[in-house]
Amino acid sequence: MNAAISNIRDRQSSSGSQSWYESSARQRVSALLDSGSFTELCGPRERVTSPHLASLGLPIAFDDGVVVGEGTIQKKLVMIAMQEGGFMGGSVGEIHGAKITGLLERALVMQPAGVVIGFDSGGVRLHEANAGLVAMGEMQLAVLTLREAGIPVIGVIGGANGCYGGMSIIARCCDYIVMSEQGRLSISGPEVIETMQGVEEFDAQDRSLVWRTMGAKHRRLLGEVDAVVADDIAAFRSAVHDLLGASRPLTLEALEAQHDWLDQRIRRFGDCHDATDIWRLLGVSEPDQVPELDSDQFNALLETLDHCRGRSQ
Amino acid sequence: MSNYEQVLQELFGEACWIDRDNEFLAGHAELDRKTIAICGTCDRAYIGVDIAHRLAGFVLDVIRTQPGRPILMLVDNLGHRLSRRDELLANNGYLAHLGECMELARISGHRVISLVYGEAVSGGFLATGMSAEACYALEGGQVRVMNLPAMARITRLPQEQLEELCRESAIFAPGVENFVKMGALEQLWKDGLADHLTSALAAPEPALDRRRTLGLERGGRVLAASVSARVRGPQRG
Repeated sequence: MNAAISNIRDRQSSSGSQSWYESSARQRVSALLDSGSFTELCGPRERVTSPHLASLGLPIAFDDGVVVGEGTIQKKLVMIAMQEGGFMGGSVGEIHGAKITGLLERALVMQPAGVVIGFDSGGVRLHEANAGLVAMGEMQLAVLTLREAGIPVIGVIGGANGCYGGMSIIARCCDYIVMSEQGRLSISGPEVIETMQGVEEFDAQDRSLVWRTMGAKHRRLLGEVDAVVADDIAAFRSAVHDLLGASRPLTLEALEAQHDWLDQRIRRFGDCHDATDIWRLLGVSEPDQVPELDSDQFNALLETLDHCRGRSQ
Repeated sequence: MSNYEQVLQELFGEACWIDRDNEFLAGHAELDRKTIAICGTCDRAYIGVDIAHRLAGFVLDVIRTQPGRPILMLVDNLGHRLSRRDELLANNGYLAHLGECMELARISGHRVISLVYGEAVSGGFLATGMSAEACYALEGGQVRVMNLPAMARITRLPQEQLEELCRESAIFAPGVENFVKMGALEQLWKDGLADHLTSALAAPEPALDRRRTLGLERGGRVLAASVSARVRGPQRG
């Protein structure tokens, strides 16, 4: 663990940019926000830990695997929650979930320019499964309540655990999603599909299949996410900053537009077997090359396509 | 396990007009001379993009054409559909869309009530059950994240240890009683379903998400309320 941390420090100093993927939740928070602006709420000093893990004799974390608090991005107030993928796979337990929900509810009072949720999670923490699942129901309602109030919630995804299980639904309830190329967003994990449906349905060992199906580029091409950035915290910061202040409305008109858009997706792509088939239909002339593109090249490609505008735009 | 026709018969008698298309149910019924819009699933459906989209479409239609009409979501699913096609099309986006539509119905003045008459599993419970303003279950219903053998496999804990934990704690084990203790289910319904639904519709709509408070009062989920309050800070007003 310590060796891993010192490696990360070496990477930072040598390259100048700071990898989102390689950083811890606290490093992500501190580099995403204005320097020194972060105030943590219910932090590790308070030692609010999971009694459910303790009763199973398992390791606990003093923050239960999520950092929550507030700070500024270019002097604009933001609330922020960042899942620590290094603890129990960023899984959502009772306390973990309650901290995120509490933060979202705080935002309703504080009226920040935006709320950032950093997803890095396999979903519900099975050791406290029921509480974790219910916490997701509470998070979903809290996110949608903020949308009604016109306070944008921005999901950011780019960690080793991706954003899976119920958290993938919460992410998609946010106003916006920013992902790095390394990010994955899907409800079912590859291993789960393979275990339940067989390797013919989904080969979890086939990494390129996983990335094509669940990765940031495919999600962006479908319009499910709003921005793809390089694996650099500064790039995330800039993308989040651009989205502050503007909210995606939760109105009949907007949801009907979203409904038609999702309907068209089933009609156009419902028979596609592979993501590359979808990309070709979207007008990408060399779909096999898409996985090779870096984020700048990928975004340049997007500019040439006119039907990847995303939901309700 | 309850069959949807039996449940509808008990709820509405003959005053019920529901069309079934495979696992998708939609229609309306009358209760105390009041019309209720009804949709849902049957036969332990897996919730994939197609069925999630149809459910959402039904909810949007009710909002557009029947302002204020209560919506009853009949829940019977084995969770989200596990398939390459559904992941390729982004099932999480369809499930979120369903949750958004149910929330829009609620803020547009519809009562939105879910009833777990069969099973409700994990993401399927989130999208069709917990997205309602209140979720109820029949006593014979089933809610779970995962079955115990699968949990033992994934957590790498011995199943005996998990079984022991199930006896001590509602936080872990499958079962509607445990989800009542979590505060996620308002109440279990046994007999007199029509009376239960009538009182559910007559109950004032809760202004706040009271699931954490219920979890605390019922002793099943005692930390969530205080931890979230600690982060939230003093409430306005």
